[in-house]
Amino acid sequence: MAIVKLPENKLNQLIEVCKSFNNEPGELINVLHKAQEIFGYLPAEVQEVVAKELNTSVAHVYGVVSFYSFFTMTPKGEHPISICMGTACYVRGAEKVLDEFKHHLKIQVGETTADGKFSLACLRCVGACGLAPVVMVGEKVYGRVAPDGVKAILEEYSA
Amino acid sequence: MHLLVCGGTGCRSAESDAIVDSLNKAIADRGLENDAKVVMTGCFGFCEKGPIVKVLPDNTFYTQVTPADAEEIVAEHIYKGRRVNRLLYINPESQEHVEDSKHMGFYRKQIRIALRNCGFIDPENIEEYIARDGYSALGKVLTEMTPEEAIQSIIKSGLRGRGGGGFPTGLKWDITRKVAAEKKYVVCNADEGDPGAFMDRSILEGDPHSVIEAMAINGYCTGASYGLVYIRAEYPLAINRLKTAIGQAREYGLLGNGILGTDFSFDIELRYGAGAFVCGEETALIHSMEGMRGEPTFKPPFPSESGYLGYPTNVNNVETYANIPVIITKGPEWFASIGTEKSKGTKVFALAGKINNVGLIEVPMGTTLREVIYEIGGGIKDGKNFKAVQTGGPSGGCLTTKHLDTPIDYDNLLAAGSMMGSGGMIVMDEDDCMVSIAKFYLEFTVEESCGKCTPCRVGNKRLHEILEKITRGEGTMKDLEKLRNLGQVIKDTALCGLGQTSPNPVLSNLDNFWDEFVEHVTEKKCRAGQCKHLLRYVIEPDACVGCTACARNCPVNAITGERKKAHEINQEICIKCGACVEKCKFNAIFVR
Repeated sequence: MAIVKLPENKLNQLIEVCKSFNNEPGELINVLHKAQEIFGYLPAEVQEVVAKELNTSVAHVYGVVSFYSFFTMTPKGEHPISICMGTACYVRGAEKVLDEFKHHLKIQVGETTADGKFSLACLRCVGACGLAPVVMVGEKVYGRVAPDGVKAILEEYSA
Repeated sequence: MHLLVCGGTGCRSAESDAIVDSLNKAIADRGLENDAKVVMTGCFGFCEKGPIVKVLPDNTFYTQVTPADAEEIVAEHIYKGRRVNRLLYINPESQEHVEDSKHMGFYRKQIRIALRNCGFIDPENIEEYIARDGYSALGKVLTEMTPEEAIQSIIKSGLRGRGGGGFPTGLKWDITRKVAAEKKYVVCNADEGDPGAFMDRSILEGDPHSVIEAMAINGYCTGASYGLVYIRAEYPLAINRLKTAIGQAREYGLLGNGILGTDFSFDIELRYGAGAFVCGEETALIHSMEGMRGEPTFKPPFPSESGYLGYPTNVNNVETYANIPVIITKGPEWFASIGTEKSKGTKVFALAGKINNVGLIEVPMGTTLREVIYEIGGGIKDGKNFKAVQTGGPSGGCLTTKHLDTPIDYDNLLAAGSMMGSGGMIVMDEDDCMVSIAKFYLEFTVEESCGKCTPCRVGNKRLHEILEKITRGEGTMKDLEKLRNLGQVIKDTALCGLGQTSPNPVLSNLDNFWDEFVEHVTEKKCRAGQCKHLLRYVIEPDACVGCTACARNCPVNAITGERKKAHEINQEICIKCGACVEKCKFNAIFVR
């Protein structure tokens, strides 16, 4: 894995966050949430800093990061795309919508496009089942998405 | 007059924020600020027709409102007193406009206890909650009842855990109360991860104070002074509303030291989940709150005896808590009068899938599936045939036509091979393949298995592989037998609730849709047409004119034939992409 040089100001922010939780190892998940807000993802270097600050092992931190799907070790795209794979969306054709995104972006789930613009992920139930199938781009929710509507969604962000 | 605008996640996704702004602007333009007030409430439940705007006091129920409609609603309804007919709900049977929401089929059979305030009050304003008897249960418990009496009330009400297991709530409280410890914790499980269930989120978004009040009552009953809400980080709106509500409760002296002038102190903090389904299991949830991997541990000891940081911890789910204040104010007898013999009260269901009225509903225990699907849900979408309804999510199973008249309660669902679960109810029609549905749930379990115990980690993976094999058309009768045996072994030997129930979707589908599994295996046929590998694209020689369009567009050159003569598809090469069907102008290509 390539070594990431962490920007100093963000690094200081991270150390402050750890302090604000009293450097308690029990607050690890809360710290990681904040760390992901700061850096956008959790590369090995961030995990090392967190481990040191909370006085715990890097293995423990990595164990937690890799356990929870909300934490990611790869940077997300500028416009992260999430396709809801809850049951309601699934029976209303979410899989075909996902295939269409994969086809247009030429990436698989969990990957980011080469230009860093889009990343693709699946999530479980946004709770907008009335709008199924649902796709989220960033914070914006698209409802009743049909496979032939995928191109139009991508075009909104391609300008 | 009040204009209530739905502010649930579903409706907000469809611009209900902008509707509020437009309504406010239209009201200000006419100087009607003193006559009409716009309130953003929690979920109305009728997500299918959202965004919803309801006008009080006349109960007018506007559906699928857009920001552009705001002007007309204010000009006509508020200013001139005339309803905007084109936005009213249309009764699908009589094709008539329904003016009052009380007369809509969707609401008629519902009794709202846990959802009593969702869609009525502004969840960000504690006074609206108080105006609807909010915090009076806490007051009653603190000033008129001993902890034992309050717990007896909950036991008498017959309330059972709404998170899935159905353990008697009062009993759980009593166990926690009886354990002597210097510190105890009250935990609210808001880690709703069941795909297709969103009632907990709706309650937290629409009525956060009901949960806060119930947790404080629990604290008084069990002797705890700390409350923790474990909530999914994926629910930003619910988190914000909960934070606001906790802040307001502190300001009003309803949380903090010496609540309501008594010597009882209680406060609540939030802990965030990070996307792990298994954390809905209470021991896993506690480990996650301690900053560790959310792996379950063997019970006993139960959290009631040794939970968060080793202290006795009472864990209940959001919907369970939402029932508590009403039981205290209206009395356990009233609550126990609703429902069936062993399942009291109501249950909230997230009705979704191939059904006309998708939404959040609350019905008395004992309501039949038929009433839910046909009367409340308005029947199957596009006039198709009902095939199955899945309850209990990845831990549950599918019920079929033969279960339509079964009264829904904990025990009947278990007897039918499914379970109550958290209350997802996904309706499926004739186009859904039950082998694929079983595979879908297994995929979920394989992904969410924490990996601690072998039956769940390895066993489910094998189940999934066998199902995959069957949907590819390579299954044998022996595989079906293997599914059943392995499923049973996992059920008997897995460590936690997630593992023990994970084979349910497979086992119940084998029981209820045996013929369909056999068809996949022996005839290599998928009657729903969902299993791509089992489809055959065939050219009808009489209809084919030999235009060559299909052959030219086939990405794998599976189609051969001379110009102006009937073409043929080589099944060995065909990848079933369907490109030929789209290109054929003569409707000569069929899927069989």
